Amino acid sequence: MPNRLSVIDVDRCVGCQSCMFACARRLGEGGLASACIGVRSAGGIRRGFVVVVCRACPDPPCARVCPTDALVLRPPGGVRLRAELCIGCGNCVQACPFGAVFWDARQHKPQICVYCGYCARYCPYDVLALEEVPDVAQ
Amino acid sequence: MLPSDPLRRVLVVDLARRRFTVEDRPDLFEAGLGGAGVAIRLLEEECPSGADPLGPENPVILAVGPLVGLFPLASKTVAMFKSPHTGNLGESHAGGRSAVAIRMAGYGAIVLRGASSTPVYVVVDGDDVYFRDASALWGMRSAYTVGRVIRERERGAGMRTIIRIGRAGERMVTYACVTTETYRHFGRLGLGAVFGSKKLKGLVVAGKRSLPVSNPRLYRETYDTVFRAAVDSPLMQKYHELGTAMNVLPLDAIGALPTRNLKSGRFEGAETISGESLAANYLGRRVACAHCPVACIHLAALRLPYPNDPYFYKTVMLGYDHEPIYAMGSMLGIASVPGMLQLIDEAEAVGLDVMSTGVVLAWATEALERGIISLQETDGLALTWGDWETYIEAVRRIVDPPNDFYRALGRGVEHAASLYGGANFALAFGGNEMAGYHTGPAAYLTYLTGARHSHLDSAGYSLDQRAASRGEMLTPEGVADALRAEEEWRQVLASLVVCFFARGVYTPEFVERALAVVGIERSADDLARLGADALRRKHAFKTREGFDPARLRIPDRILETPSPLGAVDREFLERAIAQFFRGE
Ligand code: SF4
Ligand code: SF4
Repeated sequence: MPNRLSVIDVDRCVGCQSCMFACARRLGEGGLASACIGVRSAGGIRRGFVVVVCRACPDPPCARVCPTDALVLRPPGGVRLRAELCIGCGNCVQACPFGAVFWDARQHKPQICVYCGYCARYCPYDVLALEEVPDVAQ
Repeated sequence: MLPSDPLRRVLVVDLARRRFTVEDRPDLFEAGLGGAGVAIRLLEEECPSGADPLGPENPVILAVGPLVGLFPLASKTVAMFKSPHTGNLGESHAGGRSAVAIRMAGYGAIVLRGASSTPVYVVVDGDDVYFRDASALWGMRSAYTVGRVIRERERGAGMRTIIRIGRAGERMVTYACVTTETYRHFGRLGLGAVFGSKKLKGLVVAGKRSLPVSNPRLYRETYDTVFRAAVDSPLMQKYHELGTAMNVLPLDAIGALPTRNLKSGRFEGAETISGESLAANYLGRRVACAHCPVACIHLAALRLPYPNDPYFYKTVMLGYDHEPIYAMGSMLGIASVPGMLQLIDEAEAVGLDVMSTGVVLAWATEALERGIISLQETDGLALTWGDWETYIEAVRRIVDPPNDFYRALGRGVEHAASLYGGANFALAFGGNEMAGYHTGPAAYLTYLTGARHSHLDSAGYSLDQRAASRGEMLTPEGVADALRAEEEWRQVLASLVVCFFARGVYTPEFVERALAVVGIERSADDLARLGADALRRKHAFKTREGFDPARLRIPDRILETPSPLGAVDREFLERAIAQFFRGE
């Protein structure tokens, strides 16, 4: 069954951003430019944090607005980028209501979660988990 | 250093001309690694001898290190400047997001030169620098609001830090702090006043980039070693659970918790203000600095009624740690948690260093008690142990002094005692107010000999506690040598800008490995030399600016109140000081 990343309990998040660094490290780099997960304060640290992850939507708005069909549906939910088709228009970034389509400012391409779960392994407080997505078609 | 690593870039911001340049300085990072090792070199270059700490010639240096953005717990920014509080080395470290943001913006260091003619805040967004008008923010009552306004107005992408001062900084109280991300501080030695003297209300730094590594596999493996060690270590677990406030009860139990201006080492209210009690009754949230899995920052949720509106409440979230609990709790005889938290809140809102503030107020209370000063000096405030409401009023007067007495308090306890007397119970060392450990001679030797006169310079308190628990005898020479070695090694950590809480994880062997990942070859011996060199340079700066170890003042009070290791002996301290500075 396919996986998706899920935020189990955002109230446990301490804002350490270990998950963001993990996502970049998965590609063998330091820093944050390649992270496909975002943690920010919910309007000031005293209010806690927001963890932005791709929800692997069954009918993803990002794919619907892509003029070149570069975002290919992944059943039962989520998308995969075919970079060779992407023209860097950024429509997908605008379309995602969660802001979960991140942007590679050097290549001018979206950065989208591949649901590998690497980040979840570095969350010390069990905020994140990789879940199996039941196939609704079945 | 890997050729494409942006660490070598130094951003120089000229506040007077509102211009900036970026200098390529691989030499600096080659020689000093980063953080303290680089900042002291920049301070030597930038700060003229005899500079007025509150004049435009005093620079502010902010430096980070090669492991930031790559490894967990490399999370500090080192600030260096000439201190308006002690008149010599100003150095203060803060976490929050500051270090990662500076690194992600593409710099290893930022130099703030000159002074603006009108209030500004500076925004560094990657390669762009903006000078924003801050005249409307100048004079705002609460530093919290200033942070919120800037946060909502600025939209820098990626990792962002918002560093700002409160009114105490604007008014140049010599122990005004600089706050970052609401709950972390460049607390000590008056960086806030230096910002104020430059009419610099805040500094926002934001950026997002990737950082190169020499070998991705080695990187991931090395990362996992340190990450697991940090997450699994029992000490780190305690920092997470109770935070530094875990120290309150054990210190009280051995008689090492400074109470009522150190008239005692035990506080009858210790239980109430302990980390355990705060966690059980007030803990609202834990937060972490960027890239720190430990999350030692504890926020208390305090629900406060409005006095004249029935059923009308506000809930404030306040950071607490051992030091604020000591300084605004036991040191002032305050056993009310809501009272203590509200006093901390007031100090935060105006942007004062809570530790110095608590010690200053404790001295003033005792001075009043002894009749050295009267209600005339205190502007009618009957400062009394435990009376937090009056202390809140006093904090306001330190920032807006109605008379010469509060003006003197705004320059620290050393200065106030030099004018009004009571030096024997004025608890400052090298001009800096003491921290919350009355553990024995080694703690005091750290305050006296540490280059920043900070308990964290060489952590003598832990040496004392170890000796007490093992029943060991300390010798002046033994303590001096151990503190010197510890302070030298901490220069390495401060150059890598690794959080001192992670010192058990960042051993010399591990540092060697981590540096290899970023293409830096340094043996354990190289590192030791680097630490010794950085400390020597700091001492040279202090000496140049008039510091003389022979003139260090030892207040009688610390000798009178018994420590867990018995009475601290003046001669012991003097011999150890001589040993520490021998050959310099
Ligand atoms: S699941 Fe994988 S790709 Fe998605 S955010 Fe986590 S580490 Fe990145
Ligand atoms: S690793 Fe976990 S606790 Fe840390 S920021 Fe990410 S979700 Fe929050």
